[in-house]
Amino acid sequence: MSLTPAGERGFRHPLAVLGRLARNRAAVAGFAVLAVMGLAALLAGALLPYGAETADLNAVLQPPGPAHLFGTDQLGRDILARIVYGGRISLLIGVLAVGVGAAIGVPLGVASGFYRGRTDALIQRGVDIMLSFPGFLLALTLISLLGVGPRNVILSVGVASVPVYVRLVRGVTLSIRELAYVESARAIGLSDVRIMLRHVLPNIAAPIIVQSSLQLGVALLTAAGLGFLGIGVTPPTPEWGTMLGEAQTYVLAAWYMGTFPGLAIFAAVMAFNLFGDGLRDALDPRMKTL
Amino acid sequence: MAAVPTLFGVTLIIFFMVRVLPGDPARVLAGLEADQTEVNRIRVQLGLDKPVPIQYARFLANAVRGNLGRSAVTQAPVVSEIAGRLGPTTLLAATATVLAGTLGVASGIVVSTRQYTAADYAVTVLALAGVSIPVYWLGLMLMLVFAVFLHLLPAGGDTTPQSLILPSITLAAFSLAIIERMTRSSMLESMRQDYVRTARAKGLADPIVVYRHALRNALIPVVTVLGLQFGALIGGAILTETTFAWPGIGRLLVDAIARRDYPIIQGVVLLFAVTFVLVNLIVDLLYGYIDPRIRFG
Repeated sequence: MSLTPAGERGFRHPLAVLGRLARNRAAVAGFAVLAVMGLAALLAGALLPYGAETADLNAVLQPPGPAHLFGTDQLGRDILARIVYGGRISLLIGVLAVGVGAAIGVPLGVASGFYRGRTDALIQRGVDIMLSFPGFLLALTLISLLGVGPRNVILSVGVASVPVYVRLVRGVTLSIRELAYVESARAIGLSDVRIMLRHVLPNIAAPIIVQSSLQLGVALLTAAGLGFLGIGVTPPTPEWGTMLGEAQTYVLAAWYMGTFPGLAIFAAVMAFNLFGDGLRDALDPRMKTL
Repeated sequence: MAAVPTLFGVTLIIFFMVRVLPGDPARVLAGLEADQTEVNRIRVQLGLDKPVPIQYARFLANAVRGNLGRSAVTQAPVVSEIAGRLGPTTLLAATATVLAGTLGVASGIVVSTRQYTAADYAVTVLALAGVSIPVYWLGLMLMLVFAVFLHLLPAGGDTTPQSLILPSITLAAFSLAIIERMTRSSMLESMRQDYVRTARAKGLADPIVVYRHALRNALIPVVTVLGLQFGALIGGAILTETTFAWPGIGRLLVDAIARRDYPIIQGVVLLFAVTFVLVNLIVDLLYGYIDPRIRFG
């Protein structure tokens, strides 16, 4: 993981970063998968003959065929259509959950690293306690208190990712606060908030962006895991994990019911991981993984 | 001993967990069907008529003595409900850990000595798949292939010794991939060090260089990862046990959440969190043993 805050100028120029990213075939493949999924989810209505909730009781549990490429489920709903529409829900939940995690974690991390001392100690003890609950267990516990539904999935998964951001951001802030430009900002009398927003935050953006891309994969897996257990997004909403959970009952009769939604989760998570790894290498070539 | 205040904080969170719920904790703990006398009985039994700090002290004193209350559904003590599920989960988690640890370290060593070969790329792709695949889907796919189509292995339950095979592979996959990645990069790093070059230069055989010189130094980050993997293992166990109808603690937790059986949820979450903290403490202490340069004051 790149922790160097500000590299030499050329390395970090957006065009240079994009150029390196474009030459990384794995990252491009990851981006392509995500772009296709995102576009399909947006244009679902125009692309598909069926809706996500269109039930056809004359065609239940149909194996994949020309009429239904991925088959139909126990209510005769087209599985492909449910996956494409489900992308709206699953991908959006992932993005919003990561947003929640970053929105809480980044300010806490910056404050922790910038002020050090008592503020830092207090925040870090809180993080220690959160980290005592393994990520998935934390999300599970939170949702068992909040109750099911998309909003609570976003909150639970987001809050569960807060410690990751606090730790990462604190580390990079600690190194940056000693640099000359932060010192000069302080010397000309800027307020702490202004220094943090204008001088610290832009210079720690790179590791935050990389972490967020990788965190999207984690959030997707966690949210879908909650759906699978029947305590996330509840049926009939076509969330990918929820679809897998429903498919469990029919595993003997209909292999396609669980196979395709799971494949969608797998592909999306892998794409986020490939893209995140590529982004990290592009943003800081010196830290390229072995 | 940073673990002590952390454990204290964990118990505090779990104590307040039930109390932040909207409504009356006595009603929540009594279950939805309980009548008012039952709720009152539980209120007095739990000391909910006392001030909060005293309630917390009692909760802690009881927890230390192994009293975590009673299930709101079965009325059985939480501790005995958990104890009945401990065996299967321990068996599953231990098998998966051994599988992930041995195969992960072994494959990591093998490919690190063959960097940029076909085997290296294949393992790298597999490891990427391993960290990206949803455990519950991997379980479902293994079940489809080996139980539904090939009829080689049971699809679920824990009735025969073969029942352990699919769940433990499912649970091991993620950790295996992480451990392989860590071992590989740590070995590559270690093989570039001067002491490895020295060992080669004085004519030592390749296996001795790899195992005695490079591996010993490469293992330290791997041990760290093993400790952290325990967290992933807990999350994975919850999902794997549900997929394979494995009668362990993870399933107990999922069932309890579905029934809003808060005393059980509290007990299981407490057990998982405390175990996780203790495992990481043990890993910290292990460093000193593996690497004599690291000593804790």
